[in-house]
Amino acid sequence: MKKLLLSLGLLLSFYSVYAGGYRVATQGQRALAMGHSGVAVVNSAETAFFNPAGLILLEDRLNVSAGVTGVFNSTTWQNSSTGQFSSTERNVSTPFYLYASYKINEWLAAGLSVYTPYGSRVEWEKDWPGSHLVNEIELAAIFIQPLVSVKVNDYLSVGGGPIFVTGSVDFNRNLTRSLVDEQGNRANVGISDSGITNWGWGASVMFTPTEELKVGFNYRSEIMMDARGGNATFSNVPNSPIVPAENGVVPFNASLPLPAEWSLGVSYEFSEKFMATVQVDRTLWDVYESLDISFPGTGIPDAVNPRNYKNSSIYRVGAQYKASEQWTIRAGYYFDESPVQSGFFAPETPRNDGHGFTGGFSFELNDKLALDFAFLYLRFSEVDESYDFYMEDGVQVPFEGTFKSNAFLPGIGITYKL
Amino acid sequence: MKKYIKYLALASLVFTSCDPEFNDSVEDGDFYTAGEADFSNFVSVGNSLTAGFADNALYIEGQKNSFPNIMAKQFKRVGGGDFVQPLMSDNLGGLLLGGNQIMDTRLVLGVDAEGNPGPRNISGTPTTEITNSVYGGQMNNFGVPGAKSFHLVAPGYGNVAGVPVGVANPYFVRFASSDEATVIGDAMEQNPSFFSLWIGNNDILGYATSGGVGINQQGNLDPTTYGGNDITDINVFGSVYSDLIETLASNTSGGVVYNIPDVTNIPFFTTVPTNPLPLDETTVTILNATFEAYNEQILPGLQQQGVISEEEVALRQVNFQPGPGNAVTIVDEDLTDLTDILQGAPFNLSAQQAQTLGQLRQANETDLIVLPASNFIGSQVEGGGVSAINGVSVPLGDEWVLTASEQAEINQARVAFNGIIQSLASQHNVAFVDVDMLLQEVAEGLPTDSGVLTSEFAAGGAFSLDGVHLTPRGYAVVANRAIDAINEKYGSSVPRVNPGDFRTVQPSDN
Repeated sequence: MKKLLLSLGLLLSFYSVYAGGYRVATQGQRALAMGHSGVAVVNSAETAFFNPAGLILLEDRLNVSAGVTGVFNSTTWQNSSTGQFSSTERNVSTPFYLYASYKINEWLAAGLSVYTPYGSRVEWEKDWPGSHLVNEIELAAIFIQPLVSVKVNDYLSVGGGPIFVTGSVDFNRNLTRSLVDEQGNRANVGISDSGITNWGWGASVMFTPTEELKVGFNYRSEIMMDARGGNATFSNVPNSPIVPAENGVVPFNASLPLPAEWSLGVSYEFSEKFMATVQVDRTLWDVYESLDISFPGTGIPDAVNPRNYKNSSIYRVGAQYKASEQWTIRAGYYFDESPVQSGFFAPETPRNDGHGFTGGFSFELNDKLALDFAFLYLRFSEVDESYDFYMEDGVQVPFEGTFKSNAFLPGIGITYKL
Repeated sequence: MKKYIKYLALASLVFTSCDPEFNDSVEDGDFYTAGEADFSNFVSVGNSLTAGFADNALYIEGQKNSFPNIMAKQFKRVGGGDFVQPLMSDNLGGLLLGGNQIMDTRLVLGVDAEGNPGPRNISGTPTTEITNSVYGGQMNNFGVPGAKSFHLVAPGYGNVAGVPVGVANPYFVRFASSDEATVIGDAMEQNPSFFSLWIGNNDILGYATSGGVGINQQGNLDPTTYGGNDITDINVFGSVYSDLIETLASNTSGGVVYNIPDVTNIPFFTTVPTNPLPLDETTVTILNATFEAYNEQILPGLQQQGVISEEEVALRQVNFQPGPGNAVTIVDEDLTDLTDILQGAPFNLSAQQAQTLGQLRQANETDLIVLPASNFIGSQVEGGGVSAINGVSVPLGDEWVLTASEQAEINQARVAFNGIIQSLASQHNVAFVDVDMLLQEVAEGLPTDSGVLTSEFAAGGAFSLDGVHLTPRGYAVVANRAIDAINEKYGSSVPRVNPGDFRTVQPSDN
């Protein structure tokens, strides 16, 4: 067990992209199998993420859940007026989670969560037609959150805790559509920073009006990731004072918001064996107005990239059926609204509205340990879109085309209780 | 753990093969149509413009942005194959013959000590040795910089022995199949399925860029007697062009031909104004005093003697004013040569003075000054003393100025060439690109996806730093016009390119 966790920890990279923006919803295999609905479900230590108020409602004293998901996502692009086409590399990324809770007494439980709800990894073919917007992007953020869960009375419990985030960013694009060095290589800038930290918080409530019915609400605050003094590396810039940049490394500043989100959901146990849940999530993406990168003290003009995201909702439904003592099967669906508005379709997060189809099962090895499997297929219809806010010599130059994406996310986890 | 790895490995195999596919992908063979054309083996024949020559040199990056290579990439959507070019050895440009440099490196936009941008040769030694042949196998670009129409059919044009004496072309030497090969012969060896032909520019351009020092060879039907700066006889051009298009069109599914643009639309002739001189009051007083007797006594006196007309007297008046905008002085071959008369009575000028004034006048708006004159005008005449200033007290020679009558000679030939090109294109039913009109549009400002493209030198975006050849973005615009013409002629739907994806002039202090 320990060995497995350790190995996973060493193996893992935790980047991904899918779901609206750069939110990666794979924070528990049991919930994921039910359309990633868990705010009104008390099932395992996964509730530490979905609704920490539910931790005190877990039957066992010690609960641990851990898991990892393989994200296989890909986007293709084409422009029928020029005949150009390109695809992203199908990189495998592996978001993970680790939750533990301990019931101190009948009304108080403590817990710890480690999870990766935000991340992005998109790698287009180098110098592809949209390379002036992005060649490659890799965002990663690990959330570490100590928790308490308090039973106020038989009907109401509350929970929450502070969140510490540590993140990193790598972003690479060409400087313009056509600037090259003396050898014809496209002029390029890459920015890189890691160990970006900040604090946030999360809090939740859970109502249990009857034995069968649960109503949950969870809130997680916005956290601004401020990269200060990271490395911006300019390369293939021609040797000329006419060009406002030169080859080499300079510091950069940039800020990327990890937006606040809330979830509201209901679950109902129709029988000992059958439970169903519905949930709505709202992510407050409107904080992401622009990705601005500055290069203080260098004379290099700021890179201003309007994003203008809008708040978006995700509608989830899921169910589980306990087929036998050992087997529990689950299924679900969600509809994921994209926060990206028309005309702001930047190829770093090329996402339109998506349909998530999920399924999975748990297998109890013994009283203490269960294996959890989940699978998500995320389907996007093809969309004609553009990013209209790239400026060249004072002229707006839209980047247009047809995009199509899909993602497959198989996941495995374990649930341990004592 | 092992199980987990196996699972992920299996999943990787399954999921990486499930790339999202478009309902209607541009990669599918049936998204675009080739119409009646067969683009499988596209061969381009022509001069520097076809080769991708720019910035007064041929270099790899320029070749990759040649208009036929841009077109060939688009042809790939409609069954086009690879497009092989005789790539140079470097991005410096320039040529070596037997280790000796025979052509300069490319021009880049440098910045001088005062911060003024201007064209300069990129530093470095060329590495392209013309005796290292790249002939062999597939070849698609038969654009030979410097070639005139009749050169394409001239045996020996690729014979290295002819290079030092000017009867062979160093660029063709690099990829000619043999010493006796012709450009058109080698092109046909490639069994083209589709062709482009853009030739004839140099049949007038050498005359134009040399300021008209060459000879207008109308009536001389033997091109082997022509000098490099001569204008080709119209019948010679017609005969050669007819043979070329006949050969190409009758052995291919089709092609595209291009006409010859007006030199008055290219920055080589439009950048340096005829009146670039700022003069201070002291200088003006001295100069006007110098020319006073010439203006007021000599010229009217010669008119009275019946040597020159009243119009010529007016044309020959020399006047300077304090401030900017003074016209340069030039030698105009069409003026009456007064050198001998002025040395005789009653003028009795020295031989040097008489020679200076012999065919002198100030330039006017009908003249075109060539681009290299920008560094020459205002410079001191070598060994001429402080007051001997080129373009002021010493007139610019014929080679710096294209006068109205020289322009008329060029235009007469050009219009005839263009008439021949267009009627033969129509006779052979191939696509025709009116580059003359296109460059007229550029001169007036052509809107593209990257703003307005103009023919302003260095800044306009369309012309490279030699002022004659195009930038990659300029070539992209030409490629788009050709694609339009081809689509119309053959019922194809070849997609166009975004000119903004191609660069303009290259800044560099290297």
